[in-house]
Amino acid sequence: MTETMTHPSLKADIAPAAATRPMIEIRNVDKVFGNFRALDTLNASIREGEFFSLLGPSGCGKTTLLRMIGGFDEPTSGEILIGGQDMAGKPPNLRPTNMVFQSYAIFPHLNVSENIAYGLKRLKLGRSEEEKRVKEALAQVELSNLGPRMGNQLSGGQRQRVALARALVMRPKVLLLDEPLSALDKNLREQMQVELRHLQRQIGITFVLVTHDQYEALSMSDRIAVMFSGQIAQIAEPKEIYQNPATRKVADFLGGMNFLTASELAVDGRQFRATLPGIGAITGHLSGKEITDPASAIIGIRPERLRIVWEGETADHIVTARVVDRNYYGEMTSLMVAIDGQAEEISVVETNDFGADDIPVGSVIRITYDRDAFIIMQG
Amino acid sequence: MPTSAPTMPAARAGSRTPGSRWLQTEAGKGWVTISPPLIYALLLLIGPIIVIVANSFWSQDYLTIDRSFTLENYKAALTEPIYRDLLFRSLFVSVTVAFVTVILAYPVAWFVSFRGGRYKGLWLFIITVPFWSGYLLRILSWKVILGYKGVLNETLLYLGVIAEPLSSLIYNVNAAIITLAHSWAAFAILPLFVSLEKLDRSLLEAAADLGDGPVRRFLRITLPLTAPGIIAALMIVMIPTVGDYVTPKLVGGKDGVMIANAIQVQFGKASNWPLGAALAVSTMVIVTMVAGAIVLLIAGLKRLVK
Repeated sequence: MTETMTHPSLKADIAPAAATRPMIEIRNVDKVFGNFRALDTLNASIREGEFFSLLGPSGCGKTTLLRMIGGFDEPTSGEILIGGQDMAGKPPNLRPTNMVFQSYAIFPHLNVSENIAYGLKRLKLGRSEEEKRVKEALAQVELSNLGPRMGNQLSGGQRQRVALARALVMRPKVLLLDEPLSALDKNLREQMQVELRHLQRQIGITFVLVTHDQYEALSMSDRIAVMFSGQIAQIAEPKEIYQNPATRKVADFLGGMNFLTASELAVDGRQFRATLPGIGAITGHLSGKEITDPASAIIGIRPERLRIVWEGETADHIVTARVVDRNYYGEMTSLMVAIDGQAEEISVVETNDFGADDIPVGSVIRITYDRDAFIIMQG
Repeated sequence: MPTSAPTMPAARAGSRTPGSRWLQTEAGKGWVTISPPLIYALLLLIGPIIVIVANSFWSQDYLTIDRSFTLENYKAALTEPIYRDLLFRSLFVSVTVAFVTVILAYPVAWFVSFRGGRYKGLWLFIITVPFWSGYLLRILSWKVILGYKGVLNETLLYLGVIAEPLSSLIYNVNAAIITLAHSWAAFAILPLFVSLEKLDRSLLEAAADLGDGPVRRFLRITLPLTAPGIIAALMIVMIPTVGDYVTPKLVGGKDGVMIANAIQVQFGKASNWPLGAALAVSTMVIVTMVAGAIVLLIAGLKRLVK
């Protein structure tokens, strides 16, 4: 793949050309368990070669959707197409997908090589071809010397790698990953995030990842679908999801967001205007999204887009605020401030280079904002 | 217990005897905790075995026991054709019963575990219902079913499948096998059920994901991973079956007599305890060897599946 050689900023220009036709199409998919609606008329299209994440809190239906793509559950209504073919009624063994299970599901009675060769046995490749593929897969996940180790004698990270190799050796069109990193400790998880991303770019197949960890989704994905209670709230690239969340819930789920009281709010074409008591009149862009119900829309700003104006400094937009609380996080400090006219306290995150960690609670400070930092969201 | 130095009130806590100190350790507490069942087991399990083994090296001298060491009993037990035949027949019957029972019990256990859903407890309860009646009653009811004028013969006659009652249904080895297989069914279902319950269902999903249909999944995942349950069920059925003498007596006829009937005769009417003991010990050793062979066989088969 040329992608790894290219500067990240050029990626957006290359991606659409490589990903023209959809690999997976999800059309009006419903899933009802008894009288509980787990998935509610989902529609999504996952491109070929894309790293696609399903992000949401537990119980939002993301795993159910993944299992339906893999064939472990059938939709109550609607259809799922993989590579243009309707998958209705097809069991997992007849789908061009392979899955990395949350529990890894390593066969305990087989050794690592046998685990990886499990699916190849049926393909009747011949002994030498089979051995070659197993060897390649072991090398791919850096487990070359663990072939004879039994499945029940592996550490968490090793199990994860075996599960990955076992699925990839089948050369699926789509690799499904059900929270594959959630059982690993923090350092290993971060290392595996990088490795998974590299692996996906290297082999170029479609990855669909289920996760509840927003940083994992943001750092690894080409696109993210954020799900709440059986519905997709937004599908977009990580940067768009973070910087321009479609709804209040999406904004809340992906890190801190200050929701602001507006005395006046109007949407005009692709622009919005608002008057924020204690802050002033602001404007902003709708970007790619639609605000269907302006009456319930809400204005917000990320804590890191607010800055403290230190003594001797000046800025275009100055807001006076009183510090209510202070939380120290090592390299940065989070200040909770109260602004006259604003109903909720506002969070400001500042690096500690200039002494934000020494600002006493109760003092009055000046803060400013970037003009384009305000976001409009559906409430 | 050895006591050390003159005891002073203040030093009492520190200068405990080695014995009482040992009682405070983890190991000591463990032994104290298990000692009542351990003593019980020693008295009622190991004790009789010692008596039997001792008897097998003595000899019957008319009305008294001659306690001088002899191997005559073992010579008789292992070389006399009657005992050898009975022992082989017992092994054949018990191994057959064990495999038949496990083969019949496995689908039942599988159904309860995989398809039982919320009613697993109820299903297990229903399985135990026939076992509320006595062992003898169950054997006698098989007599009613398999007998010359029994339920099976009458039904076949009524349906016109046979012209006259079959006399081959009862009083032979097959009747003993059928009756024993039924008697031990619940004991085979339970260990199989437990091992099927322990089977991680995601392994079956992984096997399906890697291309296996239901049959291959069963042969490559379910069967090898429930091998411990299969071995347990085989042993639970096989070992007591070798020693069963009630069933062969009631439904086995003269062809169904097993080694336990011979042992019973030696301890009863024939009143030759040493010979009976030698037969019992020989049977015990041979059954252990057969059981070991079955365990090794299944472990070997398990390794073949990949």
